[in-house]
Amino acid sequence: MITVVDYEAGNLKSVETALYHLNAEFTISSDPEIIVKSDKVIFPGVGEAKHAMGVLRSRGLDKAIITFASTGKPLFGICLGAQILQDYSEERDTQLLGIIPGDVKLFPSDMDLKVPQIGWNTVSHDSSLLFEGIPQESSFYFVHSYYLSTKLSGGSDSPWIAGRSKYGITFASAVHRDNIWATQFHPEKSGPKGLKLLDNFIRSID
Amino acid sequence: MFQKRIVVCLDVRDGKTTKGIRFKGNVDIGDPVVMAEEYYNQGVDELVFYDITASAERRGIMIDVVRRVAEKIFIPFCVGGGIATVDDMSAVILAGAEKVSINSAAVRTPSIITGGARRYGSQCIVLGMDAKVDSSMPSGYGIVIDGGRVKTGKDMLEWAKEAESLGAGEIVLNSIDADGTRDGYEITATRLVSESVGIPVVASGGAGIPDHLVDVLTRGKADAALVASMVHYGDFSVGEIKKVLSESNVPVRLD
Repeated sequence: MITVVDYEAGNLKSVETALYHLNAEFTISSDPEIIVKSDKVIFPGVGEAKHAMGVLRSRGLDKAIITFASTGKPLFGICLGAQILQDYSEERDTQLLGIIPGDVKLFPSDMDLKVPQIGWNTVSHDSSLLFEGIPQESSFYFVHSYYLSTKLSGGSDSPWIAGRSKYGITFASAVHRDNIWATQFHPEKSGPKGLKLLDNFIRSID
Repeated sequence: MFQKRIVVCLDVRDGKTTKGIRFKGNVDIGDPVVMAEEYYNQGVDELVFYDITASAERRGIMIDVVRRVAEKIFIPFCVGGGIATVDDMSAVILAGAEKVSINSAAVRTPSIITGGARRYGSQCIVLGMDAKVDSSMPSGYGIVIDGGRVKTGKDMLEWAKEAESLGAGEIVLNSIDADGTRDGYEITATRLVSESVGIPVVASGGAGIPDHLVDVLTRGKADAALVASMVHYGDFSVGEIKKVLSESNVPVRLD
């Protein structure tokens, strides 16, 4: 059974609707025990990192997600859910779950671009299972002011990155390593290609 | 590459779509859910539903439309019209909309922008602005409300900046002068607003041919262009518009 983590994230409803459409068997839960025992977990998110971490801690969901990830079963973070899997966010100086090494940074203010990035951007991907059946440079829907770096904190390239996009700078738009999947964009709002990507996760067999 | 968005706007009254010419003489042209699916299949990037239902007791019909749209289309969509409180926002967001658009209510009570942004994040809060040429205003444009009937005394640029500072995540700038004419967008006003704020600006009002979108997305510096009549009556498909944009080197999503 797939569990979608319920911590009142803004895109919970959209993720739920997309999973129904894909005929996925899933449950929505904020119970740490149910999450730890799931076969797969989807961790959605829209909003602000510090507030979200506060909600997760108050319900014991931070530890549940870390424990689940350590079992090796598939975990998929979406947007803020992807960012929270990293070590640290510049957004109000927030410590995150530390599942994916690297920091979350604010888009530079000196770019001739509007922040947040709101809209469709193309993704160059590494053809991992996450992007199976999805052509290079397909477009996905993004809404964010903070981004996942393609570098580890030491400055070397992160081996976790599965997709890169450009918005003034190059940032990590997708992560896939072992059992950890994550996208900065919203697959549930990215049309047929986004649904295909979600379906890749739903149907994946570890 | 980051792409310019094409947004299709559907005016909805009592659960049916209409398109007003200068806000008058609205005629029924279809079921909003069926139309939303059609535009989704044509590759539209985003949809906006404006509820122009007058009576509050019929609002439930709109919430039902939102819920049914959310089950069928998997791109972002925004709902506006008659939203006056944060609870009104909650109703459409919980029904499945990504964004809410506020217009007259934000002019009357600017704090609703902040209230909505605190609850759902700025990315959810779209400020709709109806601008009209007004030489007595510093920017040359004033803000009107209630479908263009009431002058507010607000300057277009001042209001845009104020709304951004209050927490609006996006501005839909509708030109009352251009709306329904199909003669092209108000390029000057769009560019003025887009260059004055750090949030995306969606141009609205006046689209008649694909070249009008090219113009407002390049010279007008808009981040997105809203269309209605030019697609509703079958003159152009979203795909045809995007083809022209792409040939004119405006980056758009073609897949």
